[in-house]
Amino acid sequence: FYLTPSQVNSILKANEYSFKVPEFDGKNVSSVLGFDSNQLPANAPIEDRRSAATCLQTRGMLLGVFDGHAGCACAQAVSERLFYYIAVSLLPHETLLEIENAVESGRALLPILQWHKHPNDYFSKEASKLYFNSLRTYWQELIDLNSGETTDVREALINAFKRLDNDISLEAQVGDPNSFLNYLVLRVAFSGATACVAHVDGIDLHVANTGDSRAMLGVQEEDGSWSAVNLSYDHNAQNEREVQRVKMEHPKSEEKSLVKQDRLLGLLMPFRAFGDVKFKWSIELQKRVVESGPDQLNDNEYTKFIPPNYYTPPYLTAEPEVIHHRLRPQDKFLVLATDGLWETMHRQDVARIVGEYLTGVHHQQPIAVGGYKVTLGQMHGLLTERRARISSVFEDQNAATHLIRHAVGNNEFGTVDHERLSKMLSLPEELARMYRDDITIIVVQFNSHVIGAY
Amino acid sequence: AARMFLRLLSDIQWRAAHPKWRRMTSSQRSTSTTAEPHPVSLPAQAQVVICGGGIMGTSVAYHLSKMGLKDIVLLEQGRLAAGTTRFCAGIVSTARPVSIELKMAHYSNKLYQQLEQETGVQTGYMKTGSVSLAQTQDRLISLKRIASSLNVMGIPCEIISPKEVLQLHPLINIHDLVGAMYVPEDALVSSANVSLALATAASRNGVQIHERTCVSHVTIQKGRVTGVETDRGRIQCEFFVNCAGQWAYELGHSGEEPVHIPLHACEHFYLLTHPLKEPLSSSLPTIVDPDGRIYIRNWQGGILSGGFEKNPKPLFTEGRNQLEIQNLQEDWDHFGPLLGALLRRMPGLEALQIMQLVNCPESFTPDMRCIMGESPTARGYFVLAGMNSAGISYGGGAGKYLAEWIVNGYPSENVWPLDLKRFGALQSSRTFLRHRVMEVMPLMCDLKVPRWDFQTGRQLRTSPLYDRLDAQGARWMEKHGFERVKYFVPPGSDLLDLDHSKTFYKPDWFDIVGSEVKCCKEAVCVIDMSSFTKFEISSTGDQALESLQYLFSNDLDVPVGHVVHTGMLNEKGGYENDCSIARLSKRSFFMISPTDQQVHCWTWLKNRLPDDSNLVMEDVTWKYTALNLIGPRAVDVLSELSYAPMTAEHFPSLFCKEMSVGYANGIRVMSITHTGEPGFVLYIPIEYALHVYNEVMNMGQKYGIRNAGYYALRSLRIEKFFAFWGQDLDAFTTPMECGREFQVKLDKGMEFLGQEALWEQKQNGVYKRFTMFILEDHDTDMDLWPWWGEPIFRNGRYVGKTTSSAYSYTLERHVCLGFVHHFDEKTGEELVVTTDFINQGEYEIDIAGQRFQAKAKLYPFSSLFTQRRRKDEVELSGYQRE
Repeated sequence: FYLTPSQVNSILKANEYSFKVPEFDGKNVSSVLGFDSNQLPANAPIEDRRSAATCLQTRGMLLGVFDGHAGCACAQAVSERLFYYIAVSLLPHETLLEIENAVESGRALLPILQWHKHPNDYFSKEASKLYFNSLRTYWQELIDLNSGETTDVREALINAFKRLDNDISLEAQVGDPNSFLNYLVLRVAFSGATACVAHVDGIDLHVANTGDSRAMLGVQEEDGSWSAVNLSYDHNAQNEREVQRVKMEHPKSEEKSLVKQDRLLGLLMPFRAFGDVKFKWSIELQKRVVESGPDQLNDNEYTKFIPPNYYTPPYLTAEPEVIHHRLRPQDKFLVLATDGLWETMHRQDVARIVGEYLTGVHHQQPIAVGGYKVTLGQMHGLLTERRARISSVFEDQNAATHLIRHAVGNNEFGTVDHERLSKMLSLPEELARMYRDDITIIVVQFNSHVIGAY
Repeated sequence: AARMFLRLLSDIQWRAAHPKWRRMTSSQRSTSTTAEPHPVSLPAQAQVVICGGGIMGTSVAYHLSKMGLKDIVLLEQGRLAAGTTRFCAGIVSTARPVSIELKMAHYSNKLYQQLEQETGVQTGYMKTGSVSLAQTQDRLISLKRIASSLNVMGIPCEIISPKEVLQLHPLINIHDLVGAMYVPEDALVSSANVSLALATAASRNGVQIHERTCVSHVTIQKGRVTGVETDRGRIQCEFFVNCAGQWAYELGHSGEEPVHIPLHACEHFYLLTHPLKEPLSSSLPTIVDPDGRIYIRNWQGGILSGGFEKNPKPLFTEGRNQLEIQNLQEDWDHFGPLLGALLRRMPGLEALQIMQLVNCPESFTPDMRCIMGESPTARGYFVLAGMNSAGISYGGGAGKYLAEWIVNGYPSENVWPLDLKRFGALQSSRTFLRHRVMEVMPLMCDLKVPRWDFQTGRQLRTSPLYDRLDAQGARWMEKHGFERVKYFVPPGSDLLDLDHSKTFYKPDWFDIVGSEVKCCKEAVCVIDMSSFTKFEISSTGDQALESLQYLFSNDLDVPVGHVVHTGMLNEKGGYENDCSIARLSKRSFFMISPTDQQVHCWTWLKNRLPDDSNLVMEDVTWKYTALNLIGPRAVDVLSELSYAPMTAEHFPSLFCKEMSVGYANGIRVMSITHTGEPGFVLYIPIEYALHVYNEVMNMGQKYGIRNAGYYALRSLRIEKFFAFWGQDLDAFTTPMECGREFQVKLDKGMEFLGQEALWEQKQNGVYKRFTMFILEDHDTDMDLWPWWGEPIFRNGRYVGKTTSSAYSYTLERHVCLGFVHHFDEKTGEELVVTTDFINQGEYEIDIAGQRFQAKAKLYPFSSLFTQRRRKDEVELSGYQRE
């Protein structure tokens, strides 16, 4: 049994979302033209999350992908909250005061973010009050701290990441009288999430990364070809520097047990993450919280399980690595994606596929018969296949969808094979995770004209 | 690639044919492409200089020298037959829908057949026949129409079944075919060798041929060609012939005074294969599969197959003057769909090995017909180019007609459909040409149904009322760049697809046009006829009248305010133009001609009017919007708007008066409608157009006024037996042959152009006669509709063809107009056609092979003329153009 092309398309396009930066006076003055994003679940429910928003009180746009593990609670919370923490970290002192005064006197709050959300991207209503109070505490501290210095984006990103993770941890320790909320904050803390967030303001691009999602810049060379530039480091066992960092932070006696089978303590793939208090709290704290927690938590084998060789917590941090890049006219797009994409595709292919998609130009080598012996039938087959490759581009109105189509459907020749695509998408829920991971992609397209004018 | 071309040219033996010729070129052939001194220097002067050594240039040289011209020079920038001619697929096909093209192809075929014997040059001529396949019933109808016209020309041709196709060509997959047309005498040639054979023969007849000589521009003085500048010096000449193929446009624009030759090149691809295991017989017929957009011929045991894709690639838009066509890129992805069509048609070829994909640019023209004739701006500057990929088929005939044109002043056949003067500067924009040829090339294979129209390059010339009419549901067609209304789709009507309906049967606008016709008959309709060509001719003294009296056949010395319908005849008495002329004052005339006469008529008059600064002719086409008010209530509308009496006593038929309409003054009102219906045409200075239109529509409301289009006009004029120049009338038709002796001043003792020929006809009779046919047993709903070009049979014998047709809503019958000849039953010799001959015959009209009984009439039904006026008035108004 095969899915028809239109069935395949409806699966691939279910979560696609596009945002075009609005034009004023017929001109887009932003360095960002817009973005396409999409998700393809493998887990049920999907554990990836994505966020995109425009900062309203400062300039700039925020985009992020979040890869959850041990459930989706943490990724969900981070996708809702992180951008507020970043935005607040970036706000000047006067704006913070203005906001605080508004809250104090019950006036309407200045909007901080304009979200660009797919209908399936939800926010938790129940937790909003709790989340808001934590955020308010944060800005109150920022107001008290008033350093008088202008806000540095790098620092703001680092502070926001660390602060949010800290709040997640605290909320779980304090608990909540509302039993639903109490269970929620515990699930958020005991699950984990990586985050890869980009902040674009004019030609300044910052990427803050925690974990093994990845940011990649698509660059068009002078000859029209495409190349990829990494704008993040994976925090996992393949990153030697990261392994060294973890080892540095713990006594030599633990050296052997720290990284086993390419996993942190033999358990966790990403070496940095939000949540995951099992790798951060002391054993006592973990036991106390689990025991006083609701039954559901107590019954969960995973939460009760203490990682082996757990001597000197914390083993895990949410602190991101931040890379700053000044955009150039040849930088055409940015791809943020969870590891589900990077497992299946090399970044060079990603750059080429997205680049060709966005420019509509296909650098297929023209065919020349030359001295070869080619029959009419062979040539016909070859041409039909090449046409199919091109037509798959036109099926997609969304660069992220197009990339997912390739990630899932590519055959050994690098062309989308409908049969394979159909098979991969019709796998039963319980099998899907064995063949592929959740994939979440955001493709940000830059405005070379504006960038060139800087 | 180069190796292949050597193979194509391998059997050239022309060098041995002529000693002088050999000396000149063999030395070049033996060396590489580097420049070398030319052994023969250019002459300082010649009578004719031909630019272009392809099939066209060599054919013109061949025919000119045959006709006895001695002083001819042919210049080729590269090598002979090295351009498109060299790459050409070499298929000689006579199956052409336009009659003059069919005649050219037929002549070419006969010429090529004997060329080898005549010149000793192997031409590769092989009579293989051709099979045109039909995948649909509509395609089969269009093939049947062509078959009918081939058969009456004496060219063998038959419609065959798919099974018979299989007998002719064993490789064809026939399961999707409904039928085919077999033309057994179609042939294959090596086009380069044909060209070289023609050059050889021409050279023997004294034509000087110079290769590697580049024409930089043509010098023109006082509107005449005086010479040619080349990279090897100047040649003075009387005639220049531009046969530069796809470079003809650029060459035309290279001089100080541009000669507009509207053509544009597109890439054209065909495939060559290695031989089959069992090599294909060289006598296998050529297969044309228009629904698959491909043609397939046998080639050296393998096949040659190309086609006309839906998405052509135009090239050289910016004009790149490269010496010879370089080997352009092969583009397999582009050729893919055609390859698919080829393998569907001949699945057995899957294992056949590819030799090469050839990219051979072809030049195309805005109306898919080739371009020949003399430039309207430079006398002695002739053009033959724009073959729309049928250069080999047309080459012989086109060269012959152009040679006749140069030597005799006009070809032996009516070539108006191909005349350069059907175009003007307005079709010369590169953007227009680029867009139009992208439509024209796929049209080579598209099904063409009656009244098809071009979709690209539109809205170039429009009336000031265009937007108003468009908003009211107008559907448009184009003539000479001008948008004209076909009909108006009534509001709320669910006929959005009307423009796209393609049928050989009753069209879906039938009822719409019917109601417009009814309104013309019973109330009043407005038709925007602004596209008409309008000239004003005036003088200080009597020069205008005197000159026009000689150039026009009817008497123009009429009282001021009268409108005269007259022909503009050539020496043979044939219609160069058919127009109406209003005498505005003693010394000034206002002339209305068909839309596409703008260039031709202007040139004709310019070349013949005396060079007198006191005699002024001005083209005022753009200055006036023309509204045709047709119908019995037109008189009421106009008299209410002008407060002037408009009845027949005050404003007789064929009268012209300047008056006010609404607020606008100076409107030229003529009591003439071009339909035989009562009414007026208003010539309105364009700034008043909207005002007058609004006034007419408002005032007309109570009289039931509505908009109408040209389809209604056409039905009205054809049912009244009005001939139309360009379709019914041409330069080979005289007033005597279409019952218009009363429009000729033969008995007034005045000299005029064409007079002698008409006297001769008056005394000895005519050899063809314009006749109206009413279809008798034709079912409008069920039967194929006539269009034009249908053969007419009298007592079972072919006597001529129709020239136009329309459904008459009044007679509720189809009316066809056409010419009846009288061919001697034994010798085929043309005899005088008498009234008795016309009247004493049983007639049939052949529509796509099916014959319908028809009643012949030499005079219109008097009952159709709603208002009886002066007896001669009815007849006098009896002319029409579209």
